[in-house]
Amino acid sequence: MSIKNTSKVSIDRIKEQGMKTVFMVAACVSVLAVLLICLFLFASGIPAIGEIGPTKFLFGTTWKPSNNLYGIFSMIVASIYVTGGAILVGVPIALFTSVFMARYCPKKIYRPLKSGIELMAGVPSIVYGFFGLVVMVPFIRNTFGGTGTSWLAASLLLGIMILPTIIGPTESALRSVPESYYEGSLALGATKERSIFCVMLPAAKSGILAAVVLGIGRAIGETMAVIMVAGNQARMPQGILKGLRTMTANIVTEMGYATGLHREALIATGVVLFVFILIINLSLSLLNRRAENAN
Amino acid sequence: MQTNAAVANSEIQTKKRNSSSAGSQLKSYLRHPGSGILALLTGVAAVLTFAVLLFLVGYILVKGIPYLTPSLFSLEYNSENVSLMPSLINTFIMTVMTLLIAAPIGIFAAIYLVEYAKKGNRLVKVIRITAETLSGIPSIVFGLFGMLFFVTAMNWGMSLMAGIFTLVIMVLPLIMRTSEEALKAVPDSYREASFGLGAGKLRTIFTIVLPSAVPGILAGIILAIGRIIGETAALLYTSGTVAQIPDLMGSGRTLALHMYVLSSEGLHMNQASATAVVILVFVLIINWLSGKAAKRIAKG
Repeated sequence: MSIKNTSKVSIDRIKEQGMKTVFMVAACVSVLAVLLICLFLFASGIPAIGEIGPTKFLFGTTWKPSNNLYGIFSMIVASIYVTGGAILVGVPIALFTSVFMARYCPKKIYRPLKSGIELMAGVPSIVYGFFGLVVMVPFIRNTFGGTGTSWLAASLLLGIMILPTIIGPTESALRSVPESYYEGSLALGATKERSIFCVMLPAAKSGILAAVVLGIGRAIGETMAVIMVAGNQARMPQGILKGLRTMTANIVTEMGYATGLHREALIATGVVLFVFILIINLSLSLLNRRAENAN
Repeated sequence: MQTNAAVANSEIQTKKRNSSSAGSQLKSYLRHPGSGILALLTGVAAVLTFAVLLFLVGYILVKGIPYLTPSLFSLEYNSENVSLMPSLINTFIMTVMTLLIAAPIGIFAAIYLVEYAKKGNRLVKVIRITAETLSGIPSIVFGLFGMLFFVTAMNWGMSLMAGIFTLVIMVLPLIMRTSEEALKAVPDSYREASFGLGAGKLRTIFTIVLPSAVPGILAGIILAIGRIIGETAALLYTSGTVAQIPDLMGSGRTLALHMYVLSSEGLHMNQASATAVVILVFVLIINWLSGKAAKRIAKG
């Protein structure tokens, strides 16, 4: 009897230990994935950068694979321009909308509006891109002239796409500001708007900044929507109504037929994008830590 | 709790605002023009946001629905019917397969983080940082990695399999995070009661903790489905864009890829908008489901 019991106990122990190991291995999959991603991207991209020459690659303004010229400076600039435009369009609207959601929205319509924002976040980028291509591009072409596929179209579209990304965290940052701040401000004679914009917004600023950085990350990494509306000309950006090509667009438009150094240069473009994203992620986690400490 | 308090507070404010007449509100805005302008801007921004959403959804539905013809759903694709059926079936296959792989890994990882890992463990810190990093990586970088690793290094070629594994890595952090939160929300008293009745740790996890965390885990999986259905950039160079229903080692396009190919060719824009309708319908269903899951979580 007692022998049976001990053997059962030991089987249980093996099971417990075994499953614990399984859980741990599962948890390490994400670590492995990040390591593999870094390894494969850098191993395929860095040699190409070395072969082209780091300064020629990063600061060269001509991208002509047929002449063996691989400078991606124009695309780095384009990515920054498009993202900057998206921030200019998206952040003010998102900020005011979050204030509306957190402080003004009548309770009856809050639920439907909130799920509207969730729906906006759920719409795939290809659908946004299609919308941009069939609605915004012709609109810009007819109103301002040019081909329509342009910096303006890309920034407008991305500005719309980052709205839900920014509104969600900003609203919860505003909601986590203690109500006493608002009441105190009202009691001092400030109007409702003044209390919200001069007291609550500053109190929530690290959370809001984190939301904006999240939006920047989404905008700079966005691919399919940008490809469909930006025109994709590989040259320095020449104006708000002219086409440009971001780093993401460069990878997708040419990867289909690229071989040899050309292909590696495209992967190297991905590496540069990846480094940008890592920097943005790092600042995001720093900001989040600051927001947590502030609370 | 905090949000509940906030909602209650905003309720009080709504009442307050309703009790003061619109006239006196207007007068106060005239006295403080800055405040009036800010209130106006807030309203305008909110209207703008939701107008854009309504216009986008409405436009695509109006443009696309007339082209949802029976021939669009025929089983074989050719340039005549531009059928989306093969892509629809591929999307289904890829969603199911991706979840079959990613969900257990993600849930197990969350179990490790919540139930086993000790606080301040260095491994846990590394796992958290990498999961965070993964969730910030844009899909095109996943696509590049999938192309380099699964397509080339593993020699799978452009195939559904390569696409599936790329998607697994992509949705893993999402499932991990939501499962972790769901597990954390299970009260410790459940675990203590189970231990007190003599159940082992494993038994406690699988019969007590996991079942109570199901709604939260489900919400994460629903979000993952949404990401898989809409994904394009990560699949373009991993699963490829052939319009057929292949076996797992063959190339096939999903709905989102189908839509991208159609709209970049520019020959079948109407069918592209019909495809957009199908994708949007899926997105709407997913949103509705995740709303329901959220409600169940709130009920507890």
